[in-house]
Amino acid sequence: MSPKPGQVDRAGLVHAMSDIFEGLKAAFWLLVALDRDLVEITLRSLQVSLSALVIASAIGLPFGTWLAIRRFRHRRTAIAVMNALMGLPPVVVGLVVYMLFSRTGPFGVFGLLFTPAAMIIAQVIIITPLIASIAHQSMRELWADYHDLLISLNTGHWQRIRTLMWDGRRALLTASLAGFGRAIGEVGAIMIVGGNIDHATRVLTTAIALETGKGDFALALGLGCVLIGLAIVVNLAIHRLSRTERDGRW
Amino acid sequence: MMRIVLSAILLVFAWGSASRAEQMKLAVTTSFHNSGLADILLPAILRDTGLDVQLLVVGTGQALRLGRAGDVDAILVHSRADEVEFVARGYGTYRREIMYNDFVFVGPASDPAAIGAAKNATQVMHALALAKLPFVSRGDDSGTHKKELSLWRAAGLDHTEFGAWYRAVGAGMGAALNTGSAMNAYLLSDRASWQNFRNKGDLAILSAGDPALINQYAYIPVNPDLHGHIKANRAARLEIWLTSDSAKTLINDYKISGMTMFTFNARSAD
Amino acid sequence: MVDTILPLVLTGAVAKRRGKRLIGPIDAEIGPVGFTIVMGPNGSGKTTLLRLMHGLQRLAEGTVDWQGTQIDVQKRQAYVFQNPIMLRRSVKENLSYPLSLRGVSKSSATKTVNDWAGRIHLDRALEQDAMMLSGGEKQKLALARALIQKPDVLFLDEPCANLDGRATREIEELLLETSRAGTRIVMATHDMGQARRLATDVMFMLQGNLHEFGAAKQFFAQPETPQARAFLNGDIIE
Ligand SMILES: Nc1ncnc2c1ncn2[C@@H]1O[C@H](COP(=O)(O)OP(=O)(O)OP(=O)(O)O)[C@@H](O)[C@H]1O
Ligand SMILES: [Mg+2]
Repeated sequence: MSPKPGQVDRAGLVHAMSDIFEGLKAAFWLLVALDRDLVEITLRSLQVSLSALVIASAIGLPFGTWLAIRRFRHRRTAIAVMNALMGLPPVVVGLVVYMLFSRTGPFGVFGLLFTPAAMIIAQVIIITPLIASIAHQSMRELWADYHDLLISLNTGHWQRIRTLMWDGRRALLTASLAGFGRAIGEVGAIMIVGGNIDHATRVLTTAIALETGKGDFALALGLGCVLIGLAIVVNLAIHRLSRTERDGRW
Repeated sequence: MMRIVLSAILLVFAWGSASRAEQMKLAVTTSFHNSGLADILLPAILRDTGLDVQLLVVGTGQALRLGRAGDVDAILVHSRADEVEFVARGYGTYRREIMYNDFVFVGPASDPAAIGAAKNATQVMHALALAKLPFVSRGDDSGTHKKELSLWRAAGLDHTEFGAWYRAVGAGMGAALNTGSAMNAYLLSDRASWQNFRNKGDLAILSAGDPALINQYAYIPVNPDLHGHIKANRAARLEIWLTSDSAKTLINDYKISGMTMFTFNARSAD
Repeated sequence: MVDTILPLVLTGAVAKRRGKRLIGPIDAEIGPVGFTIVMGPNGSGKTTLLRLMHGLQRLAEGTVDWQGTQIDVQKRQAYVFQNPIMLRRSVKENLSYPLSLRGVSKSSATKTVNDWAGRIHLDRALEQDAMMLSGGEKQKLALARALIQKPDVLFLDEPCANLDGRATREIEELLLETSRAGTRIVMATHDMGQARRLATDVMFMLQGNLHEFGAAKQFFAQPETPQARAFLNGDIIE
């Protein structure tokens, strides 16, 4: 019995609501029982995304800052390319990384395909442009403020980059956290290069895709709740850590 | 900063390559995985042989690609023509039939296309083409998808000429079932995926049993002559186990809601 | 630090912005001793002239010549901006920043920093965020941050613009002391009294040209041009 167009499908609505309720219940029980598999994939999610975050930040933050202070011929092109890369579809990144690290690909000898390392590499490629771009935006404003002073003080390039990065660390933290958000919620690329192998490369997002495929929406939604909770906890933790360091405006 | 990066990279790589004892990679199809049989077999394999089999759950097409590239040590798929070609081209050593289950037609319980009355699969296909009611096709080059296409062909129908009622979703069995359930559509599913599916909604099995709907699974070790790193020895040990009596018992006894799912039929290698 | 990077010689120096002349051509020599005040109406080019001499403004034509090597010349000047630029750090870190650039260790910088904070009466605000200071406090901090570098030549662009009388006197005393210690000062100001109190010579800018340049006594007593005379009288000149 399908509803007429324009008429609210009450049965469907009730059904959907109960699915969501079941999902919340599933999340609750997963957490209460501290399910071993759940703990494992949650930790792996964290490990993969945090590793990707550290590497991508180490590349993206200085690069974004460097772009903000350096005037060179193709700077505009570089910025345009970086902003375009920010929108890279993860599946495409996954496919390319897969082909590079497949046994028949150029980096096949390392045997990294279907390991967390491959997932990290894919995520680094996905989030580095995002982190660099956001870092560039905020560093550009700071550089406009600091430009005359730092030139007058006869600073070198590295000193400028370090000064900007230190004084703009709050903004850079925001850039990194945006990258983390994208990494932890990403599924397309890591599904391809990780393979969603149980006890090896399964993470929260690929587990959600799997459970959805099995039609187990409640469990999928429960895992989704855990994922969201994890993202919030990590954000709060990083903010807390950075705040205790110094209680200032920046 | 540099030091942090370096140690992070080192850590990651050490961790990535830290292999636990006796791992091997096996590409399997979504339909096999969705059946839940793997959850029964893998622990038994680990216990009996010490092999930690890592499953890559993909479509048949991708499984074959993975095998061809040497990214997995063996594949377990269900698309005979492709398997034969795979072996003929030398990507795999040989194919060994392990077990079968069957495909079923599911659709709205009220069966508006009346496929329940059909005597065989060909009649079902005609009934569907005549009714022009929503039909969800996997459309992902998987074993199930290929089976569906061969059924249309056998019935003398050309699926490329179907109207909007024929929806190729390009997704795995689970996603296709979700779509079918939401649209109250007809689809072809392997019995195990269907039985394990939790979001059946208004759908039910409407037709099954035609021998043309048999779904044969075969195991193919990837050719170690093409890829030096292939763990041929482990693949061989897995094969011995898969064709053993303990596998036979586990496979034949596997039931979902009291219904037998697979029939073990391993014979000597072709 | 034995020799000096002075005299500074400008010959036919022109600054442009997108092909449009901002100031110049300017010919002038800043000798090794003295306190030069740059005067002139708004928009006459005082800031641009200071920036040109300091190397912040690109030279379009002519030459700006210092004595000595490029590195030396750059290291031995300091500049205080018209709108003070604060690092987004504490007062203490603002003061120690130029020292840290020169590789002075934190511990040996501490005493110098505390000293200077005392001299500008910010010793109780050492840990405070510099961005939170009042306009006048920021200006004093910017001056101290310049002086802490012990420059040979100090450029100041209206450093007392936001200060009250008392703070102005403090700054002037500091500047005179610095000048007596041998630092060459070039400073732009609109404050006629201040100019009379501090200047040994005056650069009078008008419409991007160095209209008059000479000894302060001479300039205030007997300006050469009618425009300078009008400016000193407080008349509006264009
Ligand atoms: N970056 C710039 N872009 C465009 N015009 C500029 C720039 N810098 C200076 N000018 C112009 O050059 C002229 C001189 O400016 P300058 O800032 O040197 O004047 P000033 O004498 O310092 O004025 P004030 O007393 O208001 O500080 C002005 O007409 C100003 O508009
Ligand atoms: Mg000015």
